[in-house]
Amino acid sequence: MPKWFNPAILACGVLFAVSPFVIANAPYESTMGLVQKVFYYHMPSAWVFLTASVVCGIASARFLATGNARHDRTALAAAEMAVLFGLLTLVTGPLWARKAWGQWWIWDARITSSLVGWMIAWAYLILRQYGGPGSEKLAAGLALFGMANVPFIYVSVTYWRTIHPATTVVPKLPFSMGFPLMFCLASFYFLMFLLMKLRVRVAEQQARLDAIYLSMDEEA
Amino acid sequence: MMLRAIWLIVRKDLTVEVRSRELAYTTLFFAISCVLVFAFSLVQEGRAAEGVGAGVLWMTIMFAGNLALGRTFERERQSETLRALMLVPAPRPAVYLGKLAGIVLLLVLTEAILVPLVALLFQAELLAHLFWLVSVVIAGTLGFAAVGTLFAAMLVRARSRDVLLPVLLYPITVPVIIAGVRGTMAIAQPEFEADVVRFWLLLLVAFDVVFITLALWTFEPVMTD
Amino acid sequence: MTSVDFDEVSVEDVSRHFGRRRAVSRVTFRATRGMILGLLGPNGAGKSTLLAMLATVLRPSSGAIRYGTLNPSAGSVLRSRIGVLGHDLFLYPELTARENLAFFAGLYGIAHSDTRARAALERAGLGTRSDDPVASFSRGMRQRVALERALIHDPRLALLDEPFTGLDDASTAALLDRLKALRESGAIVILATHDLDLAEGLLDQALFLRDGRIVETMSAPGALRSTYRSVIGR
Repeated sequence: MPKWFNPAILACGVLFAVSPFVIANAPYESTMGLVQKVFYYHMPSAWVFLTASVVCGIASARFLATGNARHDRTALAAAEMAVLFGLLTLVTGPLWARKAWGQWWIWDARITSSLVGWMIAWAYLILRQYGGPGSEKLAAGLALFGMANVPFIYVSVTYWRTIHPATTVVPKLPFSMGFPLMFCLASFYFLMFLLMKLRVRVAEQQARLDAIYLSMDEEA
Repeated sequence: MMLRAIWLIVRKDLTVEVRSRELAYTTLFFAISCVLVFAFSLVQEGRAAEGVGAGVLWMTIMFAGNLALGRTFERERQSETLRALMLVPAPRPAVYLGKLAGIVLLLVLTEAILVPLVALLFQAELLAHLFWLVSVVIAGTLGFAAVGTLFAAMLVRARSRDVLLPVLLYPITVPVIIAGVRGTMAIAQPEFEADVVRFWLLLLVAFDVVFITLALWTFEPVMTD
Repeated sequence: MTSVDFDEVSVEDVSRHFGRRRAVSRVTFRATRGMILGLLGPNGAGKSTLLAMLATVLRPSSGAIRYGTLNPSAGSVLRSRIGVLGHDLFLYPELTARENLAFFAGLYGIAHSDTRARAALERAGLGTRSDDPVASFSRGMRQRVALERALIHDPRLALLDEPFTGLDDASTAALLDRLKALRESGAIVILATHDLDLAEGLLDQALFLRDGRIVETMSAPGALRSTYRSVIGR
């Protein structure tokens, strides 16, 4: 690992430790009160989930086109990030929804699309784990299909509830992209970056180990 | 070369099917069992809830389709004939299109029996606007089969392929089931709104175009080692 | 479809691994027109993997395979000149022998596929059974149909994986004659076999493989069995 990694992890930890205080000092949202604060973790998780999914899709496309294993490792790490942060999103969402609107789950377009996207990311990991040898390429194909599917999922889920989407179920909240949100966004993206670096590194070590095994075999 | 190859593959699958009739009968029987199971679960006091027929129809298509896909490629796994097909000089996407055509044919034949059955058992006015219904059902079946054929082919040599096919297929075909069900419901309801049906039909057609194209691009890379 | 041809197949320092397992390791050889080359070795020696790479079904992890001036990326024109008899026979059990052959003949671009299929079955001595489903055939008969399927488009390169499996004496003799005829007509024949006695007298060159490596090469090979024992040691 590069020299800056450990200090970076430390810095990230500090950011997350500080974040509750930053959030506490954020302006109090009038309609929903204290519970709205979970949003400061919920939205960055959602953004990281989305970013990770896109990274996975692009890396998969590059892997299919070039066959370079580096892209495959990136895709795998990104898929794991997507599942992790997607899960965070899908857990914090209902927590907020319950307090805000009295229901744990609302079939809102965004959260439903996220659920489907999350299941595709999870399916990617299942395929890689249980598909046997050669499943890297198959998973890349799945990721490509998943990425191509995003507009279709979003449109179909939006119009699924009602053909007149003017009346969305979740009213848009008048929040400001203020400092607390920026802070949390930065912390989450920093965390994602570090985790991906770590995960790709682990995958690289595994590949290096396989290569060593192979070369040992040759000398025998 | 491409068209001839597709035709040969479809004809071959038809010949095999006519000889054994295994796929047609088992898929049909399974589909009818599905409908029965749904009926027992959903019909209350002799009447089904409003609009449930459309949902039952599409759920059955997806379950039966999943089974048919698995079985079709299991056949090609015997004697490794899929590998033989990859060895011929015909362009590889022809193999994909040939298998796709066969699956769509099988599913459409099953649906020809399924739709009236569901309409009957769930008191759904599915047959009111036949042209729209046929369009929606075929567009949706094509979308489901387009993704399913690629995935089933991909998984032929994978471990745990029987359980992996639905795991991969269902999340990706969510737009198909949403559009299919909503489109069918819009057809079945008393005040028929052509705009609504047209919207869902267009979405299905767009899905078909995008995913068949994507499958044609990715078929060769994912199938070769 | 444009026709291509090549005079030799050259395998240069080819390796293939699956994860940590090396299936084929740094294999180099050349096979030319009018030659029968044998891959000999125990199970797991890498014969099937090597044949799969020659068939362009599998890509080498390193090294290169060339067909004259062509390489595997030549794709469909190259595939039209390669015939493969696999370990699993590549036949549809529900179809008749004739239908199987006609189907593949059509896919290989042969115009009168039905006529060609009948002729091939006559040559294999299965003319009377040509309208029976392959599922009703014995293993030996299936093997004969599979061989015809592999050769129906007159390939330049014939790759045969254990072609003598399950054949009785008459069929074996017929196959030997067939292979020799192929050699006369200028085809390149590469076959993998366990059957050392049969291979003796048939092969122009023998490669002994163990653990993915070539351990011995013999041209105009004579005492195969003793060489095998000394080189492979089992």
